[in-house]
Amino acid sequence: MTAFIIRRLLHGLVVLVLVTLLIFFAMRLLPGDPLLIYMAQKSQRLQDMPPQVIEQLRHEYGLDKPLPVQYAKWLSGVFRGDLGDSFFYRLSVVKLMRERFPVTAYLGILALIVTIIVGITSGMLAAVRRGKWVDNVVTPLTYIGVTIPVFWLGILMIYVFGLKLNLLPIAGFTSPFVDFGLSTKQLIMPVICESIFGVASNARQMRSSMLEVIRQDYIRTAWAKGLRERVVIFKHAMKNSLIPVITLIGMGVSFIFGGSVLVETVFAIPGIGRLLVASIFNHDYLVVQGITLIIAIAVLLINLIVDISYGWLDPRIRYG
Amino acid sequence: MAKDNATITGFLEAPPRLSEWHRFRRVFFSRKIVLFGMVILVALVLTAIFANWLAPFDPYKPDMSSSLQQLSKEHLLGTDIFGRDTLSRLIYGSRTALAVGFISVGIASVIGILAGIMAGYFGGITDIIIMRAIDTLMPFPMIVLALIVAGLLGGGIHNVIIALSIATIPPYTRVTHGLALSIKENDYILAQRSMGSSHLRIMMKHILPNAFPPIIVLMTMMLGSLILAEAGLSFLGIGIEPPGAAWGAMVNDGYKYLQENPVLSFAPGLAIMLVVFAFNMVGDGLRDALDPRLRGLL
Repeated sequence: MTAFIIRRLLHGLVVLVLVTLLIFFAMRLLPGDPLLIYMAQKSQRLQDMPPQVIEQLRHEYGLDKPLPVQYAKWLSGVFRGDLGDSFFYRLSVVKLMRERFPVTAYLGILALIVTIIVGITSGMLAAVRRGKWVDNVVTPLTYIGVTIPVFWLGILMIYVFGLKLNLLPIAGFTSPFVDFGLSTKQLIMPVICESIFGVASNARQMRSSMLEVIRQDYIRTAWAKGLRERVVIFKHAMKNSLIPVITLIGMGVSFIFGGSVLVETVFAIPGIGRLLVASIFNHDYLVVQGITLIIAIAVLLINLIVDISYGWLDPRIRYG
Repeated sequence: MAKDNATITGFLEAPPRLSEWHRFRRVFFSRKIVLFGMVILVALVLTAIFANWLAPFDPYKPDMSSSLQQLSKEHLLGTDIFGRDTLSRLIYGSRTALAVGFISVGIASVIGILAGIMAGYFGGITDIIIMRAIDTLMPFPMIVLALIVAGLLGGGIHNVIIALSIATIPPYTRVTHGLALSIKENDYILAQRSMGSSHLRIMMKHILPNAFPPIIVLMTMMLGSLILAEAGLSFLGIGIEPPGAAWGAMVNDGYKYLQENPVLSFAPGLAIMLVVFAFNMVGDGLRDALDPRLRGLL
């Protein structure tokens, strides 16, 4: 087990280094001079700017150095917790993210909890009551859940619950420490949007793997011993059906981050997803670099945990 | 494998093929919902092809005198702020969705499949380099990766296609890599080697056809996700340039007039959902009909 964990950690580290290389060089090789775009937005009169001033600014931001030097500088900064300064906001990237990351993380964790609990239970119920009304409700809903565009679902809910029924606030974010009631009300619709895909795909996977497991001999033995349904399902069938679902949860984190870009835009939530969209339009390289790096690290970490717990749940995998 | 035996023995060839096709048809069309998906897709393709005959109005020409009209006999789905007919824009939007979907699937699958087969077949250093490159793309959510590439390359449908193609390479490589690893262990590959076939010939003539069923299922499923992702990007304002019609952008345009005319936002979203649903259903049907593990059970 230890060897497996070490091997997985090393692999994760290699991928992480490759990820930083990809983020940095992709950003620099793409067309568009960040400084020129920044200046153009600031003054609208780029042609009036003397070339010496541009050169001096370029030097100030270290953009005149060779790429490998810039990369080394950025990477050493990353290790010291310094992601550089935003051209656009004139603030350090870390400071920008410190305000916004907790918002995205809070929303994301709530969405992940909903994904896991609702997805697994509804999939399990649909499998155990196959063909009954629960299954007939859950299964079609999972088809809708994996096809519905999240931004559209958001708008639909805003229209129904916000504008027509006046039940929920249509946008915005309040810290739960400031006003817990309002914060929760504002988060209901975004959490549904961010988790819908995960809930649906987990439910589908759980249903099919549960159906597979309850056909096994050891489940028949459990029934034959006269065990109650609750014991058979929760103690014997659930753990084995969970194995494929756990992999999906790792992917779910990736979907939640991806969804946050759209959901935060629809509901005007000040998180890193919305910051990412704005920074891409502003060509604010260091902010884009910082956010993608954080997202990639988070996804890598979760998948590392998933892989390790996978090896623990199913010992055969370690030798594979 | 059955096909190879048949080529050697000759007389076995015709009957099994016929029954394969029959079996495929029987399983594929056995579920009504798959049939429903198929009907939607055929309708979609026809709509995209005959868009200029089907659309009752010019989808691009503004007509300020009929701005933000409600549903009527003339404008079945009303008009947007510039007085453009929503139904006509919806019809033209099918072209954008299909073009982005099919071209991106084409580019990503060719690159991804070739990389996967090479990695699995050659193994060693080739495998390590290719699979590490793919691992590097994996931690980025697909929409984030596409957003960054498209956003930094600049707008335009071409850049969206490039971005989505790059973002969707990993699944193809992973699937074909696994398949190539197992297929190359077969004796008929060894036999081909000993007969002096080149690596290229083995990969193209023997591994690729055997890996085809799961790949075709994956491609169908990816079409759905690509249309969803393209809608997401155009919703954020990346992609097709304004007067052009894209469903995601239409949802966003309509969002501003949600109180006055909600259909502007609802109709294109419903179109996206129907099409993605259709691709998923057809993918499901293909999987049931092609996946060898289900053979015998059906």
